[in-house]
Amino acid sequence: MNNTKYSDALSIALTDSVSSRRSFLVNSALGAGALTLGFHVPGFAKVSSKSTAQAQEVEVNAWVVIHPDDRCVIRIARAEMGQGSSTGLAQLVAEELECDWQKVSIEFITPGQNLARDRVWKNMSTGGSRGIRESQEYVRVAGAAARTMLLQAAANQLGVSPSELSVSKGVITHANSKRSLNYGKVCADAVKLTPPDAKSIRLKKPQDWQIAGKPVRRLDTAHKVDGSLKYAIDHRAQNMLYAAVMASPVFEGKLKSFDSTAILKKRGIKSVVKLDDYAIAVVADNWWRAKTALEEMPIVWDEGQNGQVSSQSIATHLEEGLRSDKNVFADTNVGQFSQAYSASNQKLEAVYSTPFVTHACMEPMNCTVLYTPDKAEAWVPSQNAEAALAALSDATGLPLEKCEAYNQTLGGGFGRRGGPQDYVRFAALVAKQYPGQSVKVLWSREEDMTHDYYRPIGQCLLQGGLDEKGELSALSIRVSGQSINAYLAPHNIVDGKDRRQLQGYWPEAGDAQFGYSVPNLKIEYAMRNTHVPVGAWRGVNTNQNSIYLEAFMEELAKASGKDSLAFRQALLKDHPKHLRVLNAVADKAGWGRTLPSGVFQGIAQFMGYGSYTAAVAEVSVNNGKVKVHRLVLATNSGHVVNPDQVAAQVEGSVAYAFDSLQAQSSVLNGRIVETNFDRYKITRMVQLPKIETVLAPTFDFWGGVGEPTICVVAPAVLNAIFKATGKPVRSLPLQNSGLELV
Amino acid sequence: MSKLMINGKAHAVDVEPEMPLLWVLRDELGMTGTKYGCGVAQCGACTVLVDGTPVRSCSFPNAAAQGKKITTIEGLSSNATHPVQVAWRELDVPQCGYCQSGQILAAAALLKSNPHPTDEDIDQAMTNICRCGSYRRIRAGIHAAAKTGKGIPSVIHTVSAAALLSQSNATEGAQLASASEGCHGHAWCGHEAQGPCAANGFSSNCV
Repeated sequence: MNNTKYSDALSIALTDSVSSRRSFLVNSALGAGALTLGFHVPGFAKVSSKSTAQAQEVEVNAWVVIHPDDRCVIRIARAEMGQGSSTGLAQLVAEELECDWQKVSIEFITPGQNLARDRVWKNMSTGGSRGIRESQEYVRVAGAAARTMLLQAAANQLGVSPSELSVSKGVITHANSKRSLNYGKVCADAVKLTPPDAKSIRLKKPQDWQIAGKPVRRLDTAHKVDGSLKYAIDHRAQNMLYAAVMASPVFEGKLKSFDSTAILKKRGIKSVVKLDDYAIAVVADNWWRAKTALEEMPIVWDEGQNGQVSSQSIATHLEEGLRSDKNVFADTNVGQFSQAYSASNQKLEAVYSTPFVTHACMEPMNCTVLYTPDKAEAWVPSQNAEAALAALSDATGLPLEKCEAYNQTLGGGFGRRGGPQDYVRFAALVAKQYPGQSVKVLWSREEDMTHDYYRPIGQCLLQGGLDEKGELSALSIRVSGQSINAYLAPHNIVDGKDRRQLQGYWPEAGDAQFGYSVPNLKIEYAMRNTHVPVGAWRGVNTNQNSIYLEAFMEELAKASGKDSLAFRQALLKDHPKHLRVLNAVADKAGWGRTLPSGVFQGIAQFMGYGSYTAAVAEVSVNNGKVKVHRLVLATNSGHVVNPDQVAAQVEGSVAYAFDSLQAQSSVLNGRIVETNFDRYKITRMVQLPKIETVLAPTFDFWGGVGEPTICVVAPAVLNAIFKATGKPVRSLPLQNSGLELV
Repeated sequence: MSKLMINGKAHAVDVEPEMPLLWVLRDELGMTGTKYGCGVAQCGACTVLVDGTPVRSCSFPNAAAQGKKITTIEGLSSNATHPVQVAWRELDVPQCGYCQSGQILAAAALLKSNPHPTDEDIDQAMTNICRCGSYRRIRAGIHAAAKTGKGIPSVIHTVSAAALLSQSNATEGAQLASASEGCHGHAWCGHEAQGPCAANGFSSNCV
């Protein structure tokens, strides 16, 4: 192949063209978007199936069901994928409801029920660390409204005014007459009352919380320790069929031909189903049989020009974006960067790079669909059950009201299961071939790791100028890399500007604000897309952007001759919340304390998902072996609904953050090289340091918890490595610098 | 016909001898507590005990398990009373929980062969992958189950809101430190190697 042809191929493979496969994904995403606007589905009675099926229990309102024996069922609309927000949401409802926490259990609603009831449970999407912060107010109001109605019903029964009553743990007491009534005794009357006006409800102050804000145990642990919890992958049905799937190893490559003759003779193999132009499935009576046969089947793919793309060619493509003026926009342009930089006393320039990484949820992608011409049902692990429902409807051709999705506890989500519901679509397409028979489509780990929506690859050119006092007078950040929105949600790109890729660098307050005040500041994004699918990966773009910024700040601090903490403190003077959490972590970690010989501290701060975070890492480096001994991680998430579960999220995010340091999904011949855990460097227990969680809530806002803290881990470790070795690590994974996490 | 003794009960299954034990359990017998994670004996989600030894059932032909005692998560104990299961509940070890069947069986096998493991022993034995990152609590849970007294639960420091809200200038660092509430919910403050926090010369009232 000559050079011209090669570069032509690249330009095709790497442009932002929308293929038919991609446009399908986009349409699916839009379908889910339509759902989030809400619309009424006629033909559904506006009652919950539970309340009609079991006459004794009472649905006081959509969120609260009370049994005659005082058991209280709290409905959960958001997905539970381990992050614990189902327990947290129940705590918030129970807090206002004033029920007995020992009698609380949770129940997940379905998207079909939500649609049938005019989306009474509102948004079911669970991503962006929004599960609690987005719904905390209306679920608390629902708890309070139910309490008000239960109190009124009791007042009516006792012939007194509600103001004479008190309530605690589901027991309503009339102190004057020493009479009391349990919730179970008044719930049937309560439901007949008119619900109070939401505007009349006064929610409790966090300092008065008794259930929320406390480290209560999770409500969903027991079934996770005896194997009895059914994940979607565990769904069983009579005469169930199993399907293994394979998509073109080269993204967007097309299925050219296949020869099923031999495998159809094998035991248990039912059929081979071409799913679309890009993927194929083998159906059997046992998944292992299906997978083994699929691997044996001769398949020819038309790889197209994407087959020539490699990590190296992608790197070249991104490098071009670092200094180009094509397809670039400045999101921040304060002062006169170029002049100030030229005039500065000391100039620093660095290029950082971060690779694609994969989600690798422990439960591989899967979905079971039971299809008949009148109804389609899906058992699915989705971060957005309504999007799963939309995908089911789309793929089966049945209207939404003839579809239902039963979302199960997810065996990990991390962003993979929030966007395209590709696994639902595959299962629906296979199940359509077998009306009346449940079909479970399960991806092999290899399929899961080579057909992900990867964390976007990126490079970043940073230039910083220090004045004669060593103060940062000019800073330029140019991110060049792939855009999630371009792949999945192009409607979010306004006037060609995809601000999402600059998450954490935004000037506006609220969600992911840039904290440093620099008189001459320029922040730009050059969109450079590839053929590799990209999506949200726990922490999304805060992962890369915090590494670029905070590692370069360390280079600047060193050049200025200032202490890493003091250098940052001075620049954060206009952003007190950023500063406070940085100070909190420095305090709790003992910044600057005497450390054992060979151990060095690194520090970092960043903001994402409405929360402020900072980290201190203590690290040693010996012969290229990097050992993280201790991590102190501080978060101001505004409120803390369950400190123990916030700690679990903070601790847990370290494992994912270490992927940021050591893992990559690299590309060769258009396909992903790391196909399973034997090649992909996944974080193991032995690598984990001591972890300390610093909770620094200020109770004046609601921030996220699942994702914010992840992004400060990697830069804090990198900055400690820099202290230890004197050499900044600018290219990840660590092995690019001859380093290894042990 | 493959004859398998699973959780004390005999099962006869008509499958290919090379079918991995995992798929016999899951798809033939409907015992879904044992999970599929990677299929190449890397992640340990499929861990079961064969004659008391943890094996990765995704890569273990069912024929090789004939005549042996197979224990899955469903049969580890009655009513989930194995000390590891009890500890897992007490410490809220699981997050998504998907890997925990395998983690629990690996931990149970470790404690059988080494009733009082050190952190290093645990790190060596516990190679199962957890993507939620529950590793620290898994380690603490094993210590709790073993009653070693060395289990370190989550370390949580709380900085009071009053301290945070009352500050409004750049000198707040020192003031914030002196107003902090200190740690709670744990017996160990994270600085055991160097002694209590106060001895380190930075202000915190961890105990």
